Amino acid sequence: MARWGMVIDLDKCTACQSCVVACQVENNVPSMTPEESLKGRNISWIKVVPFPEGSFPEAKIRFLPLPCMHCDDPPCVTVCPVDATNINEEGIVRQIFARCIGCRYCTTACPYTVRYFNWYEPIWPQPMEQAHNPDVSVRPKGVVEKCTFCHHRLQKARANAIAEDRAVVAPGEYTPACVESCGPKAMYFGDLDDPNSEVSDLSRSPRAFRLLEELGTRPKVIYLAEGERSGTTG
Amino acid sequence: MAQLAETPYPPLSGNDEVLFHPIERTTRGFYITVAILLFFTVMMVVAYITQLREGLGVTGLTIPVYWGIYITNFVFFIGISHAGTLISAILRICHAEWRRSITRAAEVITVMVLLFGAGSVITDLGRPDRALNVILHANFRSPLLWDVCSITVYMTGSVIYLYLPLIPDIAMLRDRGKKWQWLYRLLAFGWSGTERQHRLLEKGIAVMAILVIPIAISVHTVVSWVFAMTVQPMWHSTIFGPYFVVGAIFSGIAALLIALAIIRKVYHLEEYLKEIHFRNLGQLLLVMSLLWFYFTFAEHLTTFYGNEPEEMHILMLKLYGPYSLLFWAMVIFCFIIPVGILGIPKWRNVTGTITASAFIVVGMWLERFIIVVPSLANPRLMPSQGIYLPSWVEIFISLGFFSTFILFYVLFTKFFPIVSIWEVKEGREKSLQEVHERVRTYIPHPLKEG
Repeated sequence: MARWGMVIDLDKCTACQSCVVACQVENNVPSMTPEESLKGRNISWIKVVPFPEGSFPEAKIRFLPLPCMHCDDPPCVTVCPVDATNINEEGIVRQIFARCIGCRYCTTACPYTVRYFNWYEPIWPQPMEQAHNPDVSVRPKGVVEKCTFCHHRLQKARANAIAEDRAVVAPGEYTPACVESCGPKAMYFGDLDDPNSEVSDLSRSPRAFRLLEELGTRPKVIYLAEGERSGTTG
Repeated sequence: MAQLAETPYPPLSGNDEVLFHPIERTTRGFYITVAILLFFTVMMVVAYITQLREGLGVTGLTIPVYWGIYITNFVFFIGISHAGTLISAILRICHAEWRRSITRAAEVITVMVLLFGAGSVITDLGRPDRALNVILHANFRSPLLWDVCSITVYMTGSVIYLYLPLIPDIAMLRDRGKKWQWLYRLLAFGWSGTERQHRLLEKGIAVMAILVIPIAISVHTVVSWVFAMTVQPMWHSTIFGPYFVVGAIFSGIAALLIALAIIRKVYHLEEYLKEIHFRNLGQLLLVMSLLWFYFTFAEHLTTFYGNEPEEMHILMLKLYGPYSLLFWAMVIFCFIIPVGILGIPKWRNVTGTITASAFIVVGMWLERFIIVVPSLANPRLMPSQGIYLPSWVEIFISLGFFSTFILFYVLFTKFFPIVSIWEVKEGREKSLQEVHERVRTYIPHPLKEG
């Protein structure tokens, strides 16, 4: 059984946000009016978060692409009163949009703030409404949504494998949209349990770190620290 | 036994006719009060319909402040509910004789306010139409589901505990043969006041009084665990259970005192709700205020000495930051003013206790707000998103919840006696002797020789 994970090399990331755009299109993420955006209600399954560090003259800014961490011990899953979010056997934290009651307990329990709520009925600018991805359901108002590691792509890859009489999905056959679209090739995706996969190799790098590891959530998104630093979160 | 017959405490006689007046006479003031309260209820309905049609976007909630004054109200209302059932049960178990005229007024608060506590959570849902999923797809690992369970049990227990001592009074209303005959006949459940019925009733009340105490305490403990079970800074605290329970009883007694003062004034029940009731409850309020301060102090000092960056960040926002005004108002309203008033025996009268109570009710609402919002507003991985301000929808719904709660309470007093008539009567006829006997058992007798 695979354990899907992602590695993001911050040395290569240029904060170009192509992952953000690719995700919006792939997952039918609704767009926001400028007023809603100013209220800070943007839905963005992956976002690039700026982290200003230090003060003059050593001030600098770091950027962190932030998808759902798909924790092995997800705090959001325990608190959901109706089991509308769960972690499957391959480690993907999913959301059941048709069951969610919109209590937003998961959004408050998630220490990474990567869960989003549909404040209104979702809207798209006119022509884009016709360009929805048919593989991803459009969420109604009042429910929580989040990054699924493009779970629909895994289902497709698995269906392909079964059609071709293979037991498992081949490496590279299943890649989320953000990883696929990353210009500087800073994102890697694969099976963390496969010792020969690129992600498991990179996850053992001395530059590898996980966000808020001290909370015991065991995230499966692993970052590679920028060149001059190594090892720790800092 | 022959000796007891010579007791210098013969049964008192009295006329409780005044207790039927609120039910049988309707004044203009009543209609005006109901009209004002209904106005806010209508505003609440308008606001809620807007929210249902448009979505929760009409509130002031944002990312990351996903919970605002609806959840504050939830914690607050459930807290107020601890005034009734719990206090009444403790006083009954302790045979506190002064309880007789206040238990009913207290128990009604619990039942009525619980509707709005549970209602606050439903208002907060993005999909209230799917609320029953908590039964269909119950996840017992979720503290919110623990809430659903314990509040349901609490509600059931409190309704039974209110209803049982109400039966003899309903029978009295039935026998007077005035308005709403069919209703009283139905609810009186065939009460005829026989010896056996009395014995069963007393037993039922005694059992319920014991049962509701652990239930009430579990309820507010579980409410606190909704917050404490997450890893968010300043929520993840082991003392949240008792801290919330203390706050709940504290705000509950304050609400009870205000209700008693209004009932006493409006229905002219000065003979039943005497100065001594306010004095005794005022003493309890003083103790709770000190206890509340002890918990608040312990909680914040521990955070401060721990000096964990994330916790400190939130603590500083409360002490000096954008929430400092609310925080210090809370300290003044819940501790400095109440202790200042109630600490002086001379001021522990009706005016003094209700002044303190009014500050406490406001202060405890602020306390709930200060617990819920700042921790959410400043998550670890996000630059701060400014301050959450409730929208008109949230404000109207909250005001409507308060007014509709009061409306339900007022309507209760129109249908049922707000002071337990049979218990007052029983007290007048029997308790002097009972207390006399009880005290005799405490007094050491000289050992008989030989």
